[in-house]
Amino acid sequence: MRPALSVILLTTLIGVGQGLFAGLYAVQVFDRIGLIHGPTSPMFYALGCAIALGFLAVGLGASFFHLGRPERAWRAVAMWRTSWLSREVIVLPAFMGCVFLYGLGHYLGWAQHPIVAGLDATLVIGAVGAVLCALLFLCTGMIYACLKFLQEWHTPLTVINYLLFGSASGLMLATAYAAIVEPGLVRFFAVWAAGFTLAALLGRSASLIRNARLKPRSSLQTAIGVKHPRIVQSSQGFMGGSFNTREFFHGMSSAWMRSVKWMFLLAVFPIPLALLAAGLAGGVFPALLAAAFLVQYAGLLAERWFFFAQANHPQNLYYQRIS
Amino acid sequence: MTQLALVIDLNVCVGCHACVTSCKAWNTSGVAGFLSDDNPYGKDPTGTFFNRVQTFEVGEYPNTQTVHFPKSCLHCEDPPCVPVCPTGASYKREEDGIVLVDYDKCIGCKYCAWACPYGVREIDEHRHVMTKCTLCVDRIYDQSLPEAERKPACVMACPTSARLFGDIHDPESTASKAIQENGGYQLMPEWGTSPANHYLPRHKQEIKVREEDLERVDNPLKVDGRLPKPALKSPSLDDVTSW
Repeated sequence: MRPALSVILLTTLIGVGQGLFAGLYAVQVFDRIGLIHGPTSPMFYALGCAIALGFLAVGLGASFFHLGRPERAWRAVAMWRTSWLSREVIVLPAFMGCVFLYGLGHYLGWAQHPIVAGLDATLVIGAVGAVLCALLFLCTGMIYACLKFLQEWHTPLTVINYLLFGSASGLMLATAYAAIVEPGLVRFFAVWAAGFTLAALLGRSASLIRNARLKPRSSLQTAIGVKHPRIVQSSQGFMGGSFNTREFFHGMSSAWMRSVKWMFLLAVFPIPLALLAAGLAGGVFPALLAAAFLVQYAGLLAERWFFFAQANHPQNLYYQRIS
Repeated sequence: MTQLALVIDLNVCVGCHACVTSCKAWNTSGVAGFLSDDNPYGKDPTGTFFNRVQTFEVGEYPNTQTVHFPKSCLHCEDPPCVPVCPTGASYKREEDGIVLVDYDKCIGCKYCAWACPYGVREIDEHRHVMTKCTLCVDRIYDQSLPEAERKPACVMACPTSARLFGDIHDPESTASKAIQENGGYQLMPEWGTSPANHYLPRHKQEIKVREEDLERVDNPLKVDGRLPKPALKSPSLDDVTSW
């Protein structure tokens, strides 16, 4: 497939926003049950939510550039019964609404006023937000995982990796954010960021190994229904390009693919982890922690590019030869 | 339930592309809007086509067969492109099984094209919506046309009648009978899409040469030969005729 920049930005940016929100809510829950000491000011949550909302909004904005008719985007909520894309279109704004309300609640000090059984409004809104956050990961992943003949994507690992990458990058941002405004929480976030990054390394390695061993179920034989072992296309039927030749081929060499793979494997996993360790060794260095997030995010852009490019669409069997 | 479809006979398709051009001509002139056609005579021509004829070489030289292979939307009975559409623009008609795109609802997200293993959906780069073969739905029900012409443009254009059109759920239709009698098959059966369009496989072409084609059974010379031989001593016209 040809990776679309709009979709790469959408999936990576909302992942950061989701991970950051999940980190903020985790702090509040852990604080409430007494495992950690929460932030000194509720503004930590409010500002954090504003940042998360910024990432989500830019991601949502990027997705419009993928559409041929963006003015009709509202129609995409119609088919939620069957379409994961439709479900994502519903869940993303709902999640953004929750993040907004959660941040607003902290800004207005709702956390100090329990409404029922010791729970305050922010905890309840946050719980709804956390559920929507998980659903959004599920929707985003399933958009790709549900396409059974794109065998590289048709695996639970797709959903798991979206969840792990989003959480890792969001928590990496939370670490840098905490380093600047709330140093007491840096180590909490750093541990989770490192944990999710390592988990993502496992998940992505598993999917890379799986995809390297895939056997395509479709072949020229099944594509045209001729059993002979040797079939060669001598003409795809036209000499110029078409949607089929542009949308489904990334047009890069295998050497390029290999280098992108190693680039993202380095930029998403070891380098941010090393920067994270360096940023916390003997004090807190916000610049190094910010660099950890930026390097990992850049690596995720490459990872997402590779994710799309690696998928080999069976329609490509029909478009092999111009003559 | 009706399921309209094309049945394409690979034995007789000669790869002339008449179905391609007639499809383009009909569908670019319809009420649904034009089909893009950029640089048609330039260096890098591109545009929207609902139908293509591709060519494959099967076998190893010198024992090869050239297979001309027309490909358009197969109007799957379980179309993977329909449930993924977020707006409901992509749908399958209950009444005749045609898979269509509502161009007024399509947002051009291309997800349905990703979900089609056959690569038969093309985004129109000027109208910015997904387009595909409609089985000439604006033709086949047109009461103003003579009944014989209420067929898709590609079927009308095919000079060798390689394309049959009909209801494959009606066992008495020409299309169904062609599938039944000639072993019609579906493309990429491994994905369970159950395409409505079928292809009729190549059958082995043999030149049957019987002995009687080379030598006449009623050859008068042979009949003469069965006459009793004249005796050696019997009189003859000349030496040539005696043996």
